[in-house]
Amino acid sequence: MLELRGITAGYDPRDPVVRDVSLTIGDGEAVGLLGPSGCGKSTLARVAALLHRPDAGSVVIDGEPARGWRHRAPREQRTAFGVVFQQPRQSADPRLRLRDLIAEPLRATGRRAEADTRVGELAPVVGLSAELLARRPHEVSDGQLQRACVARALVARPRWLICDEMTAMLDASTTAALVGVVEAYRRESGAGLLAVGHDAVLLERWCDRTVRWEPLTRPFTVSRGLRPRTPGPQTPDGLNTVPVIRVTQ
Amino acid sequence: MTTVLSVRELSVRFRMPGGRHVAAVGDVSFELAAGECLVLVGESGCGKSVLASALLGLLPGNAETSGEARLGDGLELLSADERTLARTVRGRRIGLVPQSPAAHLTPVRTVRAQLAETVRELTGARGAALAEAVEAAAARAAFPAGHLDRYPHQLSGGLAQRAATALALVGDAPLLLADEPTTGLDRELVDRTADELRRHADAGHALLMITHDLAAAERIADRVAVMYAGRVVEIADAAVFFGAAGPRHPYARGLLDALPERAFAPVPGMPPELGALPAGCAFAARCATPKEACEAVPALVDGVACHHPHRPLAEEASRA
Ligand code: SF4
Repeated sequence: MLELRGITAGYDPRDPVVRDVSLTIGDGEAVGLLGPSGCGKSTLARVAALLHRPDAGSVVIDGEPARGWRHRAPREQRTAFGVVFQQPRQSADPRLRLRDLIAEPLRATGRRAEADTRVGELAPVVGLSAELLARRPHEVSDGQLQRACVARALVARPRWLICDEMTAMLDASTTAALVGVVEAYRRESGAGLLAVGHDAVLLERWCDRTVRWEPLTRPFTVSRGLRPRTPGPQTPDGLNTVPVIRVTQ
Repeated sequence: MTTVLSVRELSVRFRMPGGRHVAAVGDVSFELAAGECLVLVGESGCGKSVLASALLGLLPGNAETSGEARLGDGLELLSADERTLARTVRGRRIGLVPQSPAAHLTPVRTVRAQLAETVRELTGARGAALAEAVEAAAARAAFPAGHLDRYPHQLSGGLAQRAATALALVGDAPLLLADEPTTGLDRELVDRTADELRRHADAGHALLMITHDLAAAERIADRVAVMYAGRVVEIADAAVFFGAAGPRHPYARGLLDALPERAFAPVPGMPPELGALPAGCAFAARCATPKEACEAVPALVDGVACHHPHRPLAEEASRA
């Protein structure tokens, strides 16, 4: 089970983008988290993947509370996650050939010996030829690079997958292909999934259960009166915030 | 109807190191009339953005073009020099609605300042007339006057898109070119952006939209052109394409079938490299029904470039 308990997180502690959100994903379950862009769901996804330290709350992975974030996360917790982001170019080291990009999580965790075999297994699954594996990010299309990023997320055989707007930049066929790759891996491994996105049709088709962001974020609302959030600076997610409801003090 | 853009056998290839060539766009032909919206769909790397760059004269130095792309007033874009393109085409004859409005707007200047600069440059307006023209330009793109003094980072995604559209509309160009204007936007915002662009087509602009988003295409298009491996493989009436009859080219049919609201099944395989296109039909390796004829590149005849296009059932029956 992957449990997010009372998570508050953001980039300014006085104005967090995620407020007291709780969400649980069962073993092998696929949960879609649906919300407008800029609402904070990407931040929650980063917290779930141990990439962003929350201001409050806890992440419990298969019964074990997370003991650190980013590079300080213990290795066995860090490698429990495979993560795919919306913009493959922002998450790919431009110097690496696709083959090395895919193997990155194995190298980073001292499992270099598995790299050749795993990359060899995954390349045909995501549809990358030997010739493409030898190229660098600027020599391939966005769709091809995202295929490599999906392979990278699966290479260390994670128990949990976090896909943040994985297909927002992709055409319909590449979208269906990559969702198919993720689902085939989940069937074989029993991994659970948190898929964050804004496309209801896609998430409902993909996931066992779809959760809407808005009700998640207002567990403590109602009688105290609500006001819309004033337009603020952009979140590091890249898009400006759509008004998020919060409690007036 | 007035033809605003006429593209004839447009090809673009890039010279690569080692004498290689990459055929990014091959033999593309289409016409676009005032008040009409043509949507060019295809996956990343299919050549659709190269086509847009060719029309704007923004191709890199190693590009070679052939064919022609003629505006309604007779100007041929491929042979026009940079001075003509910069002074009389970009912004004046062709308005560009960019892919990422936030990146297109200058971060350190207010929307009003940016609009004013463009209006001054394109119309020569000064003083009170300039201030008035700026507000009118904002209004045309439904950008609220009350937000004109904001900086781009203070705008929502939707308002940033409108600000960029307002800039594109200043020159009152007969042709609007929208390059992936809805990428990364929420569905609601995609719909709103598409509807606003449609409004500008209805107001008499010719609109060429480039996108990989079929839902946005369906919402806005009069006609749809599908690009695959640098070529237009089908060009069809949007109502027919998205309707019961559906597309006729196997790739276009596969693309629609990949939608999550349909079969959610990908077209198997990947497109060929543009630098190593096969001799015959570029889709043959992924096609369920290739036959001997497919060893020759199919020409675009009657709206479809395929030796064995899908036929609507009724037509099939009447042939029997
Ligand atoms: S020409 Fe032949 S291979 Fe190409 S799409 Fe048509 S049937 Fe398939």
